[in-house]
Parts: sequence; C-alpha cells; structure tokens
Amino acid sequence: MTRKQRRMTIIGGSLAVLALAAALVLNALRDSIVFFSTPTMVAEKHVAPGKRFRLGGLVQPGSLQRGDNLAVTFEVADGGAKLPVAFKGILPDLFREGQGVVAEGALDANGVFKADTVLAKHDETYMPKDVADALKKQGHWKDDYGAKASDGVKPAATTAQGNSQGAVR
Amino acid sequence: MIAEAGHYALVLALALALIQSIVPLIGARLHDAALMNVARSTALAQLLFVGASFIALVTLHVNSDFSVANVYENSHSMKPLIYKITGVWGNHEGSMLLWVSILALFGGLVAAFGNNLPLSLRAHVLAVQAWIASAFYLFILMTSNPFLRIVNPPIEGRDLNPVLQDIGLAVHPPMLYLGYVGFSISFSFAIAALLEGRIDAAWARWVRPWTLVAWIFLTLGIAMGSYWAYYELGWGGWWFWDPVENASLMPWLAGTALLHSALVMEKRNALKVWTILLSILTFSLSLLGTFLVRSGVITSVHAFATDPTRGVFILLILCLFIGGSLSLFAGRATSLKQGGLFAPISREGALVLNNLLLSVACAVVLFGTLYPLAMEALDLKISVGAPFYNLTFAPLFAILLLAVPFGPMMAWKRGDLLGVTQRLLAAGVTGLVAVAIVWGWVSGGSTLAPLAIGLGIFVIAGAITDIVERTGLVRLPFATVLHRARGLPRSAWGTAFAHAGLGVALIGIVCETTWNSEYIATMKQNDVAHVAGYDLKLDGLFSRQGPNFREMIAEFNVSRDGEAISVMTPSKRSFTTRGSSTTEAALLTRGASQLYVSLGDTTAEGSIAVRIYHKPLVLMIWWGPVLMAFGGMLSLSDRRLRVGAPKPARAKQRLQPAE
Repeated sequence: MTRKQRRMTIIGGSLAVLALAAALVLNALRDSIVFFSTPTMVAEKHVAPGKRFRLGGLVQPGSLQRGDNLAVTFEVADGGAKLPVAFKGILPDLFREGQGVVAEGALDANGVFKADTVLAKHDETYMPKDVADALKKQGHWKDDYGAKASDGVKPAATTAQGNSQGAVR
Repeated sequence: MIAEAGHYALVLALALALIQSIVPLIGARLHDAALMNVARSTALAQLLFVGASFIALVTLHVNSDFSVANVYENSHSMKPLIYKITGVWGNHEGSMLLWVSILALFGGLVAAFGNNLPLSLRAHVLAVQAWIASAFYLFILMTSNPFLRIVNPPIEGRDLNPVLQDIGLAVHPPMLYLGYVGFSISFSFAIAALLEGRIDAAWARWVRPWTLVAWIFLTLGIAMGSYWAYYELGWGGWWFWDPVENASLMPWLAGTALLHSALVMEKRNALKVWTILLSILTFSLSLLGTFLVRSGVITSVHAFATDPTRGVFILLILCLFIGGSLSLFAGRATSLKQGGLFAPISREGALVLNNLLLSVACAVVLFGTLYPLAMEALDLKISVGAPFYNLTFAPLFAILLLAVPFGPMMAWKRGDLLGVTQRLLAAGVTGLVAVAIVWGWVSGGSTLAPLAIGLGIFVIAGAITDIVERTGLVRLPFATVLHRARGLPRSAWGTAFAHAGLGVALIGIVCETTWNSEYIATMKQNDVAHVAGYDLKLDGLFSRQGPNFREMIAEFNVSRDGEAISVMTPSKRSFTTRGSSTTEAALLTRGASQLYVSLGDTTAEGSIAVRIYHKPLVLMIWWGPVLMAFGGMLSLSDRRLRVGAPKPARAKQRLQPAE
C-alpha cells in the first residue's frame, strides 16, 4: 500500500464511524427524547395518550390521596390548569403539597397522567428549574422562591420509581 | 485571623502564579536558564501558599468559626469531625479551593520531579500551568471567596446538606479532582510543545505517566461517585446520565483515548498531531465539566446554588483556554513533522480505531449533554436520558469492546488479522459458550443481555489469552513460562488487567439492569417480603438519636430457605437544622450480588413503606473500574516509564566537568 492509500483507508474508516454515530444519534432523537410540559401546555397542545413526557408544576394543596398498596393520586397545577396524576410507589422524601414536582410518564385514555417516576429535590426550598421557568413565564413566580433557592445549598435529587418502571432506567 | 491569613495566602498564590506565567516564557525566549528556573521555585511556593490557604479553611471548619460565611452556611458545631473536614469541599467555594490546591499540587510535582525534563520544556509547561492557576485564583477571589466574614456572627451553623454527610464526600470529590485537574498537565505539555514547535517520542514518554495518574484517579473517582449515589440516594440507581456525571465521563473517554494515542506516539512516533489535539480536548472537557457543575446552567443532582456572575466568569475562562489552545493548535500543528508509517491492520491501526470509537462515543455524550441546553434556547424543554444513550453510546461501545482483545495481540507496523483471530479463537468460543449458557439458563429479560454477557466474557478471555500467548503458557515448560512471566513488562500486565476490567464492568452492568428484582410495599411488624429467594421479616421499628440527627431504624431478619443469614437495618434520618431527611439504605453483600433495603414514609397505622431490591452481580460494576485502575498502576510502575526517558539527560550531566 502506498502512503496515500493508507491515509485514505484511515480517513475512510473514520468517516464510516462518524456516519454510524450520526445515524445512531438521529435515530435516537426520533423517539427517545422526552419533552417537558406544564399542565397548561398539556391542555393547549392536546398531547396524545401514551406519548411520554415530563410534567412539571406544583402539587395542588389538598389533592394528595393515598390508596391501597402504595397507590397515590395528586394534582399538578401551574396556576393556569390542573392535571390529575396517578403514581404507584414510594414518593421522594421531600414530596409535599404546594411544592414543585416533576413527574415522568404518559397520559392514559381518561386524561390521567400515569407517572412512573416522580422527582423532587432534597431541599425544602428547592424548586425544579423547569417548573420555576414555566411559572415565571406564566407570571405565577413569587420572588421568595428565588430568594430561598439562592441560599448556597446543594440540593440533591431523590427519585421515586414506580412499580411499573421500565424504560426509565 | 485565620480567615484573613488564608485569604492573604491565596492572594499571594495569585501573585506568584502571575510571575510564573510570564517570567519563564521570557527566559525561554532569551535562553536564560536563571529566568526559566523561576518557574520551579514559584510553582513550589505557589503550592505552599495554596496549601496554607486550604489548611486555613479546614481549620476554620474544624473550629466551627461561624463568623466565616462559608463555615456558617455549611457546618454545625455538633457535626462529627470527619464531616467538618469533608464539608470544606462540600460547597462551591471550598470545592473550588480544593480544585486550585490540586492544580498547584500537580504543578509542584512537575517542578519537584521534572528534573529530567529539558529546561525550556519545563519552563513552558509550568508557565501554562500558571495561566490556568491564575484564571482560577481570580475566579475564587472575585466571585467565590471562601473566607468572607459575617458582620454579626451567628452562634450556630446551618449544617451541611445531610446527603453529603457521608464518607463518600471524603473520597469522591478529591479523587475526581485529582483526575480532572491531572489532565491539566498533559494540556500544559501539549501547549508547551506547540509553543516550542517541537515534539518527539520522548515528549510522549514524559506525558504518559502524568496522563496515567490522572486517568487512574478519574476512573476511581467516577466509580466511587457511582457507588455513593447507589447507596445514598435510596433507590439503587448507580448511573443517571446526569449532565454532571457525563461531565466526568467525557474527560474519562477522551483521557482513555489519549493514553492509547500517546502509546503510539511513544513507540512509533506517529499520531503526533492527534495526540496533541487529544491532550487539549481532554482538559477542555474537564474545564467544561467544571463549568457545567459550577455555573448552574444545568439542573442536576450536583448543582450548587446558581450565581450568574460565576457562570459567566467560568464561561470566560472556558472560552479563553479552549479557544486559545485550539487556535494555537490550528496555527502550529502543521509544523509538527509526521512520524512512522503503519498499515491499517496493525497495532497502530487498532489503536487508531480505539481512538476513533472513544472520541466518537465522547462526542455522542457531549451532544446528549448539550442538546437540551441548545433546545432550551429555542424554548423547548427536553430531557435526554438513558434511552438516548442506550441507542447511541451502547452500540459504539459494543463495537469497541469487540475490538479490544484484538488490539494488544496485533504486531506493530503490520499486523496479521487472521493470525490474531486464530489465537483468539479460544476466547471467542468461551464467549459464545457463555451466551448459550446464559440463554438456556435464564428466562426473561432482554434478548441482548446474553449477547452482552458473552461479549464481556470474550473481553476477559481475550485479556487472559494475551498473557497466555506472551508467557507461552500451555506451549512451553512451566519454568520457562514463569521466567517469561517475570520478564514481561508490567505495562503488558496492566493492559490485560485494565481490559479485563472492562469485561467485568460490562457483565455487572448487564446483570444489574436485566435481572434486578424489586419489591415495593408497605410492611407492618412481622410481615415477610419474598425477594429473589430471600425472606425479609420486619422485626420492628426503633428510633435513635445521632449527633446531629434523629433516625428511625427498621430491623429486618434476612433468611433463605428457612436459614437465617443476617440482620439488615435501613434507616431514615431527619436533620433538625435543615429540616430535611435522608434515607440510609442497608446493603447485604452475597458474593458479587447485593440485597438492598431502603425505607419510605410511615403511615398512621404504624406500617412503613419499604423498597427491597435484589441486584445480581451488581458489585462487578465497581470491581471493573477498580481492576482498570489497578492495571493503570501496574503500567505506571513499569520501569521503562521511570528510567527510560531521562537517560540521555542524565548522561549529559555526568559529562560536565566538576567545578
């Protein structure tokens, strides 16, 4: 092989690997990306049942109901709209009514959000960034959230995984 | 007083770093040995002053001096001593101080042990180190001073985040930083080579041990962090593809590539330009990681409180160093002479493939980490998680692993793929047999799992085959084999261990994700849970007072087939100062598998929510990286790395007449 041929082989190989990676990424982007929505956005966009997304907002005070065998229902609100959420499993340590929450799952046929993951942060003053941004945009942002959140603490996430977990590992 | 002294020491360190940034370069330009040697003394003095500053902060934390804001915000007088010390880097300011301390440590090491380096190379390297150091000293002094006083000192501190009150904090961040910052040395060497316009095999021989040290610490740091998350967060996850984890994985991938390309450069004097580029990229990714963690642009488990000025400052540092070094590279790289030739099928070719796959995998992780940020600018919020990486990162790594056993068995310059394949036949067959056994033995789970396990076995068997081939085991008489094994370079053993570690980790990952069984329910006293053949009986709930928390402990009696095995005591701690609680999972190790119990909330009727997992072979996930690091250490102890390169320099010194 001449020097040129050798170089071409290596360049060709590199391009092949790059093309493979690009193909993999593009393929993965089609269906493994999860979008974030608030209840208002869900109401406006008419999200189809079964499509996975992340739902963020505040847990509506007074809406938390515990059923048998760790079944939980609560409502997530963002000031504009409310969405009922069903979850089965252990909620994170700092899941509380009136506080920010992010849940991942999909709507069922009745319009209930079936969550298989519920995320809260390990700090009572913490507000998930997605939720804070959404609330700010809709004008429901209270300044004291921001003041509390900049205290210099390190919030660590706790995640609750439901029994029916599968894709989210 | 201590706080002011610490602050002053840090300012002095900045001054020294500024001198170190400029004077040695002037010396190199003027060929003035005295000026170039300034680098050595300033680097050591800098280490002294940063060290003093760091010790000052530790002392403040240990003494619980709440007149210092950093101590007030992150400490508590009742906190155990070990957490008072580790709490120093459990916050933004302190962890940045640890970062620069480690940077100064590496600079000091080069200064102290770099006697065999050519004078001008050492001057350049230390000057570049000082540029980085100056930038970060300025960052700390201007935006995150840990020594700020509070006007009216409070009596009690606000305590450290409970999640961080764990032995993991003592080990994980320093290890990780030793890795991150360690790559600054190969970066400085690369920039020095570009500035000098000279690079040769000896350069690679000097760079490789430093890269290897950084890589070993990074490997252990990542593994340690993963294990910490696993037992501390309470739901048994060990890798989240969280942006901050990705931030540590990317330098690891690039650093692994760098280790391998430096090998080609050292042995064959080829791939020079690429090695330089990788050195730059690896440290750039470390800086990017620092930016992602410290700026708060990304919500993550690790995010400290956000402060826009800090983010902008680090972004500036990032742009300056990455942009500057890449422009320098673009300008100077072509002047470096191309080295040895090789055929595509050869050891060099295999290492190029390794580099290609590692850097592309790294690019995929980079894309997955930054894509959500880019989309956020377009006002679309998305999250890129495990499903994305399973479809992209996993296939690329599978190809890489398939190629791993072939690499070390290829000859330099021109390899014989067919011959290597024949010699790897036994390993391949072992892998296939493993696939068949797993397929037949286990039902359920992904169909890919047995294949992945077979791949892991193939990688391990391939590593063993390499050693068997080199020592002539089976073929030759035993005495000869022993003699050969002793004569084998340690780096060959290192390669085998590190590669086998990959296989071990893969098997652990596949088993844990595929055959993990879990049980989540509310349990009352004397209830029994059945998980993976184990019976866990809840004996009762107790509460106990700890130093700065109260905890509720559940006691489980674990038995299998009626035979008592052990008692597990998971607990839930509530910390009064912060009003928050943590879940302390209980782990029971059986071989490489673990039972994992963590607690949820109690209900009004006195029952408690319980999460029990059986995680088969989960420990192999961390044994793998430990093996890799061990392989790295073996390779580091190879005498060729220690005595090979310096010889000419020393010989020259001896020839000088004694005056």
